[in-house]
Order: sequence, then C-alpha cells, then structure tokens
Amino acid sequence: MIRLTGIERTFAVGDEMVRALRSVTLEIPQGEYLSIMGPSGSGKSTLLNVVGLLDRPNMGTYELDGHDVTGLSDDELARVRREKMGFVFQFFHLVPRLSAEQNIELPMVLAGIDPAQRRQRLDRLLADYGLEDRARHRPEQLSGGQCQRVAIARAMSMSPPVILADEPTGNLDRHTGKEVMAVLERLHHDGGTVVVVTHDPDIGSRAHRRLRMIDGAIISDERGTGANAWPQHDRSMTET
Amino acid sequence: MRIADLLDFAWQVVRGYRARTLLILLAMGIGVAAVVAVTSLGEGARLYVVNQFGSLGTNLVIVLPGRSETAGAMPGVLIGKTPRDLTLDDALALKRSHAVRRIAPLIIGAADVHVGARVRETPVLGSTAELRDIRGMDVALGRFLPEADPRQMLPVCVIGARVATELFGSKPALGEWLRIGDRRFRVIGIMARQGESLGFNTDEIVIVPLAAAQALFNTEALFRVLVEAKSREQILYAKADVEEIIRLRHEGERDVTVITQDAVLATFDRILRALTLAVAGIAAISLAVAGILIMNVMLIAVTQRRREIGLLKALGATGAQIRMAFLTEAVLLSIGGASVGLAVGQAIRYAAVQLYPAIPFQAPWWALVAAPTTAVITAVLFTLAPARRAARLDPVLALSRR
Repeated sequence: MIRLTGIERTFAVGDEMVRALRSVTLEIPQGEYLSIMGPSGSGKSTLLNVVGLLDRPNMGTYELDGHDVTGLSDDELARVRREKMGFVFQFFHLVPRLSAEQNIELPMVLAGIDPAQRRQRLDRLLADYGLEDRARHRPEQLSGGQCQRVAIARAMSMSPPVILADEPTGNLDRHTGKEVMAVLERLHHDGGTVVVVTHDPDIGSRAHRRLRMIDGAIISDERGTGANAWPQHDRSMTET
Repeated sequence: MRIADLLDFAWQVVRGYRARTLLILLAMGIGVAAVVAVTSLGEGARLYVVNQFGSLGTNLVIVLPGRSETAGAMPGVLIGKTPRDLTLDDALALKRSHAVRRIAPLIIGAADVHVGARVRETPVLGSTAELRDIRGMDVALGRFLPEADPRQMLPVCVIGARVATELFGSKPALGEWLRIGDRRFRVIGIMARQGESLGFNTDEIVIVPLAAAQALFNTEALFRVLVEAKSREQILYAKADVEEIIRLRHEGERDVTVITQDAVLATFDRILRALTLAVAGIAAISLAVAGILIMNVMLIAVTQRRREIGLLKALGATGAQIRMAFLTEAVLLSIGGASVGLAVGQAIRYAAVQLYPAIPFQAPWWALVAAPTTAVITAVLFTLAPARRAARLDPVLALSRR
C-alpha cells in the first residue's frame, strides 16, 4: 500500500523554481495496475521517482506499507528500494559489460544473497522471461525486446511487491512493446502493483486505473477495466 | 554485498575498459618498477662497498700516525709529516694487548723494479708474515714472507701476479732475482689474483720484509699498523688498548688515529643506505603521479558511468556499496600495476647484473614491500574523492538521458 499526501516537488531551473508536483495526494493499493499519462513535463516521471523513493518530495508525506518513509536516510531508502521496488526504464539501463544473466543478478548481488540461492532464482527468472538461450549474451547482442525482458527480470529478481515502469515501450516497436506490456501485466496478474508511466494512449488505456497529469497535478483518476488488459483479478494481496 | 561479488564486479569493470586499465597498469607499473630498479642499484652499490671492506680482513683495527684535529679528515693524508713517527717498536708493543691477535706494520712506497732490462714502477709494500693472515691474502706459488724477526733484512720478496707476468713474461718467476732500487731480492712467492680491493690492487704490488722496505725508502716511520682483534666483540677493547699503549709510548700524547673497520664500514653503510632511500623517494614521486592519474581516470569513470551508478542506486545500492565498488577497482588496478612494476623492476635488475656482474644488484626487502604497498595506498587515497562523488550522485539526475 502506497499513500502519498500533499506531495510537493520543486526544481530550481536557472533562477526559476519549477513545481514538478503540486500537492499530489494518491493512494495505490497493493496489486493495482495503474498508468500515469500526460504530456512531457507534466511531472509523471517525477511522481514515479517519488513513488520509487529515488526522489524526495520537498513537502508532504509518503507512507509505504504503513511506515512513513519520508524521513529515511539515503541508505535506508536504498534498502527499501532493494526490497520493495522494481524499476523498468525506457532505455533499459543494462550494464553494457555484463551478460544478461549478470544484469539480472545485480540486485541480488547488492543484497548479498549467497550464490547458490542466486543461481536458483536466476534459473527461474531466465525461464520465466524466455531468456535461457540468451543468458550469456551481452546487451549489445540482444534485441530491444530482449533487453527490456532482461530489465524486467532484473526488476523482479528480488520479488518486489511494486513494479515501476517509466515509458517501458518508449524505445520499442509496437509489436515488441505489446509483448513487454504483456510481461508487465502478467506481474500484475501474479499480484504485483504495476505503475506504468507512458504518453502512448494505447498502452495507458490498458491499465485498470488511469491517472492523467498536467503541470504537476493529477487532473483525472479513472477506474475500470482497461480496453485490452487482462481481466481484473479481484484478489487482495497480502502485503510483503 | 559479499566480498567475492565486490571483487567480481570490480574485475568486470577492469576487464570491460581495457584501454583505461592498461593506462593505469602502465602508470603504476612505471612507478613501482622505478622504485625497485633504483633501490636495486643503490643496494647493489652498498653491498659492493661492504664486500670491498670485508675483503680487507676481518675484525680489523687500523692505526695511522698523526691525529686529526677536526673530525673526518684522514690526518696522514692532510698533514703528511706528523710530529712523532709510528715505529716498529710501537707496533710490536701492541701485541701486549689481550684483545689483539696479530699485527702487521706497513710501509708503502713506489719504486722501480728491474729484471734484466725490464723496469716497472710498482708500489712496494714492506710488512711481516702476519700481513697475509690479517688481509686474507692467498699465495698462488711458493710462499709468503717468512716468519722472522721483523728487524732482520731478508732479501726476499713476494710479487703480484701481474707484476710476475710483466717482468718475467712466460718464464717462471719463482726463485729468480729482481732488483728494487739498488737492492736485490729473490722471488719466493707469487700472489694469487685477487683483483682490486678499495683501490689497492694486490696483483700489482711487490711485498718485501719490513726492514728491507725501511732501508729502501730510508725511513723508520710506519705508514700504518694493521691490528686484528681476537673477535668482533674485542674490536672496541683492542682499539682502546692500542690507543693507550701508543699514548704511553709517546709520552702521554695521543698522536695516532685508530679507526676500526666496523666504524668505517658502518659509515659507508649509512651513507649508501641514505642515498638509496633518497633515490627511492624520488622514484616514489612517480607513484604519486600515477595516483593523480588514477584520480583523473576515476573522475572520468564516474562521469562516464553516471547512468550505471544511478541504476545501481535504483536497484538498491547504498552509498557505501558504490564507494566500495570504486575502491575495490582501484585496489585491483594498483595490485595489477604493482605486479607489473615488480616484474619489470626485477627484469631491469637482471639486466644490470648481466651488464655489471661485479656489483650485487638486489632490491632490498623493504623496497619490495614498500613499493607495492605505496602503490595500493596511493591508488586508494586518490580514489576516495571520485568514489565519494559517485556515491553522492543523485540517482534521478544520473539516470536521466542528459
């Protein structure tokens, strides 16, 4: 359960102060499939970063699973991110010198999980995302869709309850984009909270809950089964 | 993060950026190699000098006529003539000390040595039979000076190997006669080749009994008295005894200088050690330069790998983990560079040994420890700032496309 109350985020751009988020209040229950849409500069990525604990709000409070995480130190935030957040980026952000497998393994390495257990999880992830025969390839030898699957597998390697995707299809062709969305939707189907930032209405409309932002404020919050999405599974997940 | 994983991660980076790795290995390698090579040369010179002194004889105490008024100067050299000569009787009196095993009075001069029509000017050394044991001289053919009363003027001589070949050619020299000044001497022994020791070449001298030398050079005054103490521990007692005996014989005046080989050796040892340290210090500057290079390269790496750092943070890496990743990388690089440097340094040493076999080039152990240690410490110190900068990167900014 994510609860944002009165979140403000301002950036100094030159002499001007830009309000990227204006008193955003938002509640995301566990297991929700949510899309955030809006024109560029509307603050949707900033909102995602705040939700993902990468960015700190200037004002307001953030409660994650009943704990106030607004005042945590950088290192504490890093640990929370490691356990609870999985990030998927537009540009994949794979480490170019590492193989697909090593990229997927990174969060587990950072968490200090022992190699035997890592291997086990890794094999499962490779199988889940159809990457078995690409395990030892480096990112430059993978297609865009494969790269994004690696990135999703990496985001899932610590089995976080929340997946945050920032324009996950922005760098992919339509067909591959649909595939990647299907993978993300499967995570939602398995009980994960999935938040997708996009400016592609086709992608955004698949979500069950759709936020629209303009100038740092949420202007609409629609619910209802998305057009092409998986049917709503009404199971309330226990929080991890 | 486990240490093995940390090492593995750093190893991937080191392998991933080949050109950068080679550059740092080169810089570190040059620094370490310079320290190792330079200290090898210094230590080689030191050992060379120590060995040279060692070949003079062991437990040696040297008595020089005259006394230095200011520290450091060799009185005999500077003053030339001293008020009271050091005589044979003085020398013989030294045998009374319990700390003294044997003594050898010395007179040195240069004279023309004739064999038939051949003439050669050589240093002529007047001494006694004991000189051989004190200086550790070897006789190749025949015998050394006979054990006899040092006042007795026996017409015999022992000649250096080179003198023998130059004066007698291929003919056997043993038993032949030669003429020094207006006196004739029979050759009773030929020295083994020993080469130079402290600028004094035993291959090129003629040794005659002390009394003969006194007559040849028309002097009673001794050039030196070599005294051998009974043991290393006795050297100081021997020195004290020698000073006291001569003082009593010279009406209470301390007009001789007594030096111990140990003291001279220790002085040279100190000087050369200091010299080695100094040049090692200069060579170590190249290590500092390598450190600055590492800092630059690491700062560039932080900029280049900004997105990777942002990603690691997003994946849950703490600041400490990012710092450790960079520091581990620096340690790996510096250990690699140090290994390269040690290898190159040893190769230079090997080459030097091939060129100058006489000098025992050898890197001192402290340099072999200090050079790599300094390399690693420098690398870590100079990586601290870049690593800190990386750890402080704002993940959102780092991940953004700009």
